[in-house]
Amino acid sequence: MAKQTIKVKINGREREASVEPRLLLVHLIRESLGQTGTHIGCDTSNCGACTVMLNGKTIKSCTMFAVQADGGELMTVEGLIQNGQWHPLQEGFKEEHGLQCGFCTPGMLMSSYALLQKNPNPTEEDIRWGISGNLCRCTGYQNIVKAVQFAAKKMAQGGTK
Amino acid sequence: MIPPAFEYLRPKTVPEAVQMLQQHGDEAKILSGGQSLIPMMKLRLARPAFIIDINRIAGLSYIKEEGGFLKIGGLTREAELEASHIVKSKYPLLMDTAEVIADPQVRNMATVGGNLAHGDPANDHPATMMALGAQIVATGSKGERVIPIEQFFVTLFTTALKQDEILTEIRIPIPPAKSGGAYEKLERKVGDFATAAVAVQLTLDASGAVASAGIALTNAGPTPIKAKKAEDFLRGKKPDAATIAQAAQLASEAAQPSADLRGPAAYKVGLAKELAKRAIATAVARAGK
Ligand SMILES: Cc1cc2nc3c(=O)[nH]c(=O)nc-3n(C[C@H](O)[C@H](O)[C@H](O)COP(=O)(O)OP(=O)(O)OC[C@H]3O[C@@H](n4cnc5c(N)ncnc54)[C@H](O)[C@@H]3O)c2cc1C
Ligand code: FES
Ligand code: FES
Repeated sequence: MAKQTIKVKINGREREASVEPRLLLVHLIRESLGQTGTHIGCDTSNCGACTVMLNGKTIKSCTMFAVQADGGELMTVEGLIQNGQWHPLQEGFKEEHGLQCGFCTPGMLMSSYALLQKNPNPTEEDIRWGISGNLCRCTGYQNIVKAVQFAAKKMAQGGTK
Repeated sequence: MIPPAFEYLRPKTVPEAVQMLQQHGDEAKILSGGQSLIPMMKLRLARPAFIIDINRIAGLSYIKEEGGFLKIGGLTREAELEASHIVKSKYPLLMDTAEVIADPQVRNMATVGGNLAHGDPANDHPATMMALGAQIVATGSKGERVIPIEQFFVTLFTTALKQDEILTEIRIPIPPAKSGGAYEKLERKVGDFATAAVAVQLTLDASGAVASAGIALTNAGPTPIKAKKAEDFLRGKKPDAATIAQAAQLASEAAQPSADLRGPAAYKVGLAKELAKRAIATAVARAGK
């Protein structure tokens, strides 16, 4: 099939790529754009490891064609760090041991990021609901919830977005 | 898993999309949220040669009350239903349903139109729309036609949509005063399809008796199932505990589930009964408010 040229903005940078229509967005991100922080877990739309933000909303990048993102704005886990400073969520996951193997973490961070944007002061239930599309095989979720609470608190104090 | 190759088309208007459907016939498929189609393509359960991406068609995504109906554009996302003030305040059955479909990321993409057009009885909107007495607006080469929901689901993965038709709108009659609804679903985990689920929409009369009832079952057969006997039984009766229990029994008798990893058939029938009981009770309570 003929390739198509698409344009996306990823973590603030404009990029162009020539893609086959069947190329999945996650492969564009990892292979063509070199942002390997986004993981492929199940590849069957279930685990959320591939979660990224497209135009301000979380999506599973294994369940979208790259051509669908044409003209759109992507944010991946690499986009969380600002001016060399970790995002409070990243700090939270470190401080509260929100990860063990780390495979689910990029997706967890993106879902938590979207949650805190919508709801800066979430209850435990809100957090569990917000990350309900992300599976973790290691932590039992307890410390992930604490990590998000850590970030929410820190952001409320520091006014970070 | 890389899906099979296809040619990608991106119409800007409904007529353009219909024309593409006509031109490519059975080889073409509409791409809406992609949350059912893309997984099926990865598994080679679908191999369209042409994908017609309707996501860039303007004006297909809305939720508004107009002309006696709640009108939902075919491309409206589940997340938009969840966030809708009208849905939250007046359509509790719809809100209950949107909230238990898949997970947040899937709901950001998945569309109400796609959920119905897919024709999967395991999906949650089909039974809900049946309980609500919805109508489906299909737009094709001959213009628009309205399909009553009871005629929409033909069999597993097959709907009344013609090959060149796009589901453009869902119409739900605006419920009269003293109406309420509820959706009760048992799922093994967030994002799973229903082991069993029951949708109920009721209107009470001035005396507190049931004036009208819509009850339908999810994942209990090859199409969503309307529990007509239970609806008829409830009509005209005061919904006390014994009446609700009897209606729930009748609703579960309409179920014809098959055994799968979610459980044996008899278990699912029992579950349908319990979920029907809860959904009716909640609908009654909400209608009384
Ligand atoms: C992890 C996961 C969990 C899920 N859990 C649930 C759940 O619990 N409950 C539930 O109900 N669903 C669930 N789903 C399914 C999800 O809701 C799908 O999005 C939905 O079934 C299809 O909607 P879509 O917009 O994604 O359609 P698509 O996948 O784009 O299309 C599905 C089919 O419908 C056709 N189609 C789509 N839109 C139209 C239209 N406007 N006109 C004509 N034909 C059209 C397509 O050609 C295709 O054949 C889940 C999906 C995933 C990935
Ligand atoms: S890799 Fe996309 S959901 Fe698991
Ligand atoms: S930390 Fe290992 S899967 Fe979550």
